[in-house]
Amino acid sequence: MALTVALVSPTQKVWSGEASFISARTTEGDLGVLPGHAPLFGVLVDGAVKIKGVDGSVKEFVVSGGFLSVSNDRVSILTESVG
Amino acid sequence: MGAQLRIYRRRMRSVKATKKITKAMELISASRIVKAQQRVAASTPYANELTRAVSAVASFSSTIHPLTTPSENPKRAAILIISADRGMAGAYSNNAIKEGEQLAALLRERGLQTANFLVGRKALNYYKFRNREIAGSWTGFSDNPTYEDARAVADALIEAFLADAQTDINGVDEIHIVYTEFKSMLTQNAMAKRMLPLEVVESSTPAPAGLLPMYEFEPNAGEVLNALLPRYIQARIFNAMLQSAASEHAARRRAMKSATDNADELIKSLTRLANAARQAEITQEISEIVGGADALSSASAGSE
Repeated sequence: MALTVALVSPTQKVWSGEASFISARTTEGDLGVLPGHAPLFGVLVDGAVKIKGVDGSVKEFVVSGGFLSVSNDRVSILTESVG
Repeated sequence: MGAQLRIYRRRMRSVKATKKITKAMELISASRIVKAQQRVAASTPYANELTRAVSAVASFSSTIHPLTTPSENPKRAAILIISADRGMAGAYSNNAIKEGEQLAALLRERGLQTANFLVGRKALNYYKFRNREIAGSWTGFSDNPTYEDARAVADALIEAFLADAQTDINGVDEIHIVYTEFKSMLTQNAMAKRMLPLEVVESSTPAPAGLLPMYEFEPNAGEVLNALLPRYIQARIFNAMLQSAASEHAARRRAMKSATDNADELIKSLTRLANAARQAEITQEISEIVGGADALSSASAGSE
């Protein structure tokens, strides 16, 4: 089981691939997503999005606001700009 | 050289110079279409995800949001027309402007006033020349729009939408967009769409298979909609701008190609005419010499 992740900005697809864990900061606080998560739609605040790949490598992106949507192990992170 | 021949040569020179320019513009546009298409493709994942999210939120929450509920007694509608900054693109800008006129007529029939928001110098000049009221205009980026440009336009539109049209002269109840859809290198269609109140139906790809998931919202559906809808409008406008830019380049390439072809044709027929003029000159010269010699010889024959 793995999460299919797409991190997209208006101008490009920043990153896409398989991941085992994702953490992001929503307006309510930090949030982690593991495979099998219930469908969720969250508003992100400025901060870091961590994506742990299936091979164990960790990628970190700094986003300025955006959205996180999870459904059926499919995660999309929409953001206006990635630093 | 005779006067006639000289004029033909001069015209040929000028046509050739024009041809060089149009040929260069054709090549430039051809290379820019590819880039513009890539930008459209690059912006598609974001727009698709956003559309999917908006449809999910809008269809699964009973929240009443000003951006999704149509006004009961609409008074004014905003029209956003996306045209080009420069000409030399055939009927590209005119088509968009005409589509806008039709939409405006339709809205007036429904008893609505219209507020004009214009992108591109061509649309701006058209409205200025006719002394029409312009609610907002943006120029200078029609062939290479950035997300910031789209955001500036979207912010102005959303602000007008959120103002109460019943009391505020700048408020609008509906937002329509007129842009040129890029179907292929050969087909581009000017089209009008209603952006707000929302009709979350169209997207460039067919709706994803299966039902949309029952989302949990963080923090809650209303807040999510508040944050989501302005982004959605920005993304829609950005996508429309990118498609229009691609269409503009395609239209310009086509217009410049036919201009180059016409110049070729013109050069060909001018060459024919110049050749005929040169031949006529030579013939005339010969007959003059022959005539002169004849006159001389008959004169000397008469004196003997």
